[in-house]
Amino acid sequence: MGWHSCLCDLQPGESGLVKELRLAGSQRRRLLDIGLVNNTLVECLGRSPAGDPSAYLIRGAVIALRAQDCRQIILADN
Amino acid sequence: MGLTKGSVGGGARSSAGQKAPNNALVLKKRRPEDKVVALAGNPNVGKSTIFNALTGMRQHTGNWPGKTVANAQGYYSSQAHSYVLVDIPGAYSLLAHSAEEEVARDFLCFGQADVVVVVCNAACLERNLNLVLQTLEITGRVVVCVNLLDEAASRGLKLDLPRLSQLLGVPVVGTIASKPQTLEALKQAVDEVAAADERLPLQLPYPEELQAIVAQLAAELPEQPGREGKGAIWPSRRWLALQLLTDDAALHERILNQLGLTDEAQFAERLAAARQAAANAGLLPDQLADLLVGVLMHRAETLAAQVVSGGRNIYSCLDYKIDRVLTSRLGGYALMLLLLAVVFWLTLYGANYPSALLSNGLFWVQEQLEVLLAWLGAPLWLQDMLTQGVWRTVSWVVAVMLPPMAIFFPLFTLLEDVGYLPRVAYNLDRPFRACRSCGKQALTMMMGFGCNAAGVIGCRIIDSPRERLLAILTNNFVPCNGRFPTLIALISMFFVGAAGGLGASWLAALLLVAVVLLGVGLTFGVTNLLSRTVLQGQASSFALELPSYRRPRILSVLVHSVFDRTLFVLGRAVMVAAPTGLLIWLLANLSCGDGSLLSWLAAALQPVAEVFGLDGVILLAFILGLPANEIIVPVMVMCYLQTGALTELASLPALRELFIANGWTWQTAVCVLLFMLLHWPCSTTLLTIKQETGSWRWTALAFALPTICGLGLCFVVSHLLALF
Repeated sequence: MGWHSCLCDLQPGESGLVKELRLAGSQRRRLLDIGLVNNTLVECLGRSPAGDPSAYLIRGAVIALRAQDCRQIILADN
Repeated sequence: MGLTKGSVGGGARSSAGQKAPNNALVLKKRRPEDKVVALAGNPNVGKSTIFNALTGMRQHTGNWPGKTVANAQGYYSSQAHSYVLVDIPGAYSLLAHSAEEEVARDFLCFGQADVVVVVCNAACLERNLNLVLQTLEITGRVVVCVNLLDEAASRGLKLDLPRLSQLLGVPVVGTIASKPQTLEALKQAVDEVAAADERLPLQLPYPEELQAIVAQLAAELPEQPGREGKGAIWPSRRWLALQLLTDDAALHERILNQLGLTDEAQFAERLAAARQAAANAGLLPDQLADLLVGVLMHRAETLAAQVVSGGRNIYSCLDYKIDRVLTSRLGGYALMLLLLAVVFWLTLYGANYPSALLSNGLFWVQEQLEVLLAWLGAPLWLQDMLTQGVWRTVSWVVAVMLPPMAIFFPLFTLLEDVGYLPRVAYNLDRPFRACRSCGKQALTMMMGFGCNAAGVIGCRIIDSPRERLLAILTNNFVPCNGRFPTLIALISMFFVGAAGGLGASWLAALLLVAVVLLGVGLTFGVTNLLSRTVLQGQASSFALELPSYRRPRILSVLVHSVFDRTLFVLGRAVMVAAPTGLLIWLLANLSCGDGSLLSWLAAALQPVAEVFGLDGVILLAFILGLPANEIIVPVMVMCYLQTGALTELASLPALRELFIANGWTWQTAVCVLLFMLLHWPCSTTLLTIKQETGSWRWTALAFALPTICGLGLCFVVSHLLALF
């Protein structure tokens, strides 16, 4: 699994555990609602043709997130 | 897309600067004893399909999140009861932050439902259980419907639904919505819950400190105030108290209002004390929200672990493999363009023959009408007005519009049904973000290809009000169905040659793609410009679910797209075309000086039109085409021929001859092509924009933007081309 600082560092095929969301307000709520709470396992599945957003497997659903948001999603050291 | 009678005529009002497009849902019971069933669920779990299967209605469905943007109501009966079924917009959570989610929550809490059916996607049950648990906190009168069992099975997932029912304490039924026989169990479960007494809502294991504060505050809340419909759902006092501690101001107001506590100073004090107590315990409102979600998710995780087993590796799933291709770096955009070109080509090539057939048929009907009116002894002017004016305009619109629509809409619905559209948003998010908007705008543009009015309504899927407004204002830059046939006709007449055949139709399709790309390019440009001027702001965050691909239900696609879209759009076009036909007939037949009013108006417009490389007749035709873009060419023909009626010419070459005889050059054709792509939205679209933005000022801007672009471009291009 390797050491990762944030979700955007995950390459397609890699996964990590969410440790912290450094977002506030409605952005934070949106991510919490789709299941990105502490200790959630997230796997990067691929990137869109332009390289951003990327697709992640979160609690059984495939969700596209932008790199700028992913930078605020901190993963646990491993 | 999504253009059903319900979604257009539903009278949904909203202001783009505000939340909640459709707060005021008026329940229409057929009988007072009808029970109300609310259909809730995450986006894209097949709620609309279940709604349709139960009610026999044709609420439009599609495989992408956010399909249902307004509430829909329908009726069904079981042996026990008759029900009003309310399809509420998909929501991930009841902690609302988008307009749709607020609608969903308000209806669940205070909408006087008797039973809530929470529809879940079996293929990702864990995430869906979040909403189930939130609903169970409000009321125990819930039926959990685990839908898409087939999709879960194809992923190798096994679900123990009896166990889930045991764990949740409410009925759980498994369904495959596209197979109606699986819905019998759901009906039975709804009957059971509707007949049962109020069940205790779920108590989640929040920290004890919080529980104590909530319990104390709950005791201060009054019992359910006098509410209509005995036995309807009312949130537990515990839940209401908990919500009052969070930071959702809109919900606070709603709750206090419902409980009649808005002006209760004493209660306000107690509330402030409770909030202070929570803060002292380290639970400020935003931390509280985190805590609540965390507890919910943890519970959902535990439940799912007990209920779901198996599951194939995602990389071996077909979905993943398809996505690898459709969103690949090399192929993603190319495939998208190719798909667009193929859809256009099929539409163009396939529409020719039926279009001619229809037009002959309708012309034959006109002759019969003339005979009939003559036999009835109607005066000649009335005969003329009705047949030459009204009927001919209507039949022109029908003959030109119906065949392409009958091909385009099913093809588009097919893409929608399969689940390709969210991938388009995914592929295009980057360029849109560069304009400080989001990829969902691409979806509203796709809808715009069918009908701009539908596209404008579809903008409700965009969360951020600023980005929604951007999408609304720029929707008209993609040519709708009413403008396509003219674009195609102009391209075939002036740029492809009259040769016809397969090669020419491909060239025409490619040129059309180029015109469309110009529209798309301008959409980006104008969006960017607006983002830097009147609608300043940064792109908001973006979380887009990419649903599983589903096998399209060909038959239902055909039925739905023909009935829901084609006939509806056609019906509206006819409604507009008939009076316009009358107006045009009057203008053409009332004389003013030595010419008809029409030719006089055209002459008056001539000097203005010349500046932009057009002529007076063309400009007049565009103005008269405000109600419906498809009558623009017929009006031109009528003016040029100086006849008193819309005239159809048997073939494109003949039309070309006529245009050239009236001074058209290929430069004129380029300018008309540009102006056809870029001019004011039709009246229906304008009214829809007014309804969606709640403001005449934004509507005026939506009118001005494409018009200015079109006139500007025509001016520059005509002067540049004049050099050749």
